[in-house]
Amino acid sequence: MIETVATVGLPVDETLTIRKNRLQPQENILTGEKKRISIVTGIHGDELEGQYVCFEVARRIREHRELLTGTVDIYPAMNPLGIDSITRGIPAFDLDMNRLFPGNREGDMTEYVAAKIIEDIEGSDVCIDIHASNIFLTEIPQIRINELHKEKLIPLAMQTNVDFIWVHGASTVLESTLAHSLNSRDVPTLVVEMGVGMRITRSYCEQLIDGIFHLMAQMGIWKGETKEPRRPIISQNPDDVSYLNATTAGVFIPHVKHWEMLKQGDLIGWIIDPLGGEVLDEILSPVNGILFTIREYPVVDAGSLVGRLLREETLKEGK
Amino acid sequence: MRKKTIYECKALYRDVFRVTGYEFGEGEKSVCVVGSIRGNEIQQLYTCSQFVKRLKQMEAEGKIKEGHQILVVPSVNPYSMNIKKRFWPTDNTDINRMFPGYDLGETTQRIAAGVFDVIKDYKYGMQFASFYMPGKFTPHVRMMKAGYEDVEMAKEFGMPYVVLRNTRPYDTTTLNYNWQIWETKAFSIYTTSTAEIDKESAGMAIRSILTFLSKEGIVDYRGHDGYISQVVEDTQMAAVRTKTAGLFESLVKVGEEVEAGQILALVTDPYEGEVLEELRAPVDGIVFFAHNDPLTYASTAVFKLVVREGKGLL
Repeated sequence: MIETVATVGLPVDETLTIRKNRLQPQENILTGEKKRISIVTGIHGDELEGQYVCFEVARRIREHRELLTGTVDIYPAMNPLGIDSITRGIPAFDLDMNRLFPGNREGDMTEYVAAKIIEDIEGSDVCIDIHASNIFLTEIPQIRINELHKEKLIPLAMQTNVDFIWVHGASTVLESTLAHSLNSRDVPTLVVEMGVGMRITRSYCEQLIDGIFHLMAQMGIWKGETKEPRRPIISQNPDDVSYLNATTAGVFIPHVKHWEMLKQGDLIGWIIDPLGGEVLDEILSPVNGILFTIREYPVVDAGSLVGRLLREETLKEGK
Repeated sequence: MRKKTIYECKALYRDVFRVTGYEFGEGEKSVCVVGSIRGNEIQQLYTCSQFVKRLKQMEAEGKIKEGHQILVVPSVNPYSMNIKKRFWPTDNTDINRMFPGYDLGETTQRIAAGVFDVIKDYKYGMQFASFYMPGKFTPHVRMMKAGYEDVEMAKEFGMPYVVLRNTRPYDTTTLNYNWQIWETKAFSIYTTSTAEIDKESAGMAIRSILTFLSKEGIVDYRGHDGYISQVVEDTQMAAVRTKTAGLFESLVKVGEEVEAGQILALVTDPYEGEVLEELRAPVDGIVFFAHNDPLTYASTAVFKLVVREGKGLL
């Protein structure tokens, strides 16, 4: 059933509405206390991978409603104005919606919407917040966890069929994210990052969808067959990850594939100058490791991130 | 006066990105004034340009006291100003959410680090700040309650108000907050406008800074003493919020005294012209902030009023 989470009037003949699809078991199925999972995406209007995930989760459940034994709430568009106008933030305000939580019912329109969203998701047994990197970087399917909540979240993340779990340090700025607000309100919330902005990578989506159904089965929300999840690499140490930043402005030309094992000194890519026909810099792998982030958008400034490597030692420990 | 590049980096096709500073006087690093950090902060740029002009005269007249150096940085982000974008041209990040910066990080982290490295050792730091909502302010000094604020010192500017507000998570990455952490006495100075020039409040800001610098013994300035500042907590102001969306017509200006019940603005139907809502003052007060966009959303705080003590209904 489609339900309204929040509405705000816009000036000229339009209402902003945030909706969710609530999927529940057929009435004749008797269960004990029903569990509830919330699947959330579209906080950043340019991140679209979650659109396919929402569609496919709803489609599979509709096809086999008899297998559903709990509540699934699907929120495909937290920032509908952003998605429909190819805008990452909240249009007009140019605000990052994921820096507004937990919001304020008495605040302005953006804070009000954020507060209504939190109110609506509260009470879920698990929430999955699906992000898709940005337009600049492609990410391997991964879950990012604030170290403050790792005990509760790592066991859940292990069920979701992602390749990588990245436990990062706490940061004051991140206290205003949806995930932090929900985790602080006892709604275990997993942040998925996968793929790239403005595109849909179906293989990654299918991988995560299989993981979501497996997690739902573990929680007692789904009684259909599910695939055994792959065992993810877990990184909990900041030194596990090596960052590659452009040393100069130019155009990045990759020489390797995403999720490729590299040896120290391997050529990752060039930064070129199209005007002069020169290679301005060769980006070499600083360590032995696997490339889990790679730059998608070619134009770089000095400092632009072109990739992230997970060190070989972490892979061994992870396995 | 010495004009110098305090940070630069190359682009692919655009001219070199440069942050320019103007130094006056010689001696200890006494005062740093920063203008626009975002591309729409034209008033902040204008105010700095007028301040540079004024300091140039004062330096020629020997009115900058010995042993003091003043640095003015009119714009930290000329790239965004030139293409009419508020945030960084490529990745839309806000340099004022990147302090203290990281010299090996992403582009705007590097800019923040490069600029902060030059401006962090000053005794006093002042930033011409702006608000994310479209509107006009009564000029004021704004301070966040980060534990380092010196309210009595803020009164030395002689601006009409000193506003105190609670910190929020994002504050830890702003210039003002990081200045405070690095033991600079930091003040955010709000003039009336952002994307358009308001000469009157720019002039007031310059006089206020000179008044402050004169009281601290940094310049020789005999101007107007300004106001006896009223200290107001942000949370104590009365907000007037819209219930409906539509065309917005303000009937009052910032700085104006209003009475409880007075109509402050009308929201009208954008197609049929009918009045949808009359926004009334909930208290006797002074208009501190006024929305100035011809359109408004619903659930939007379009006015903030400083409550006149003893007369309010709240």
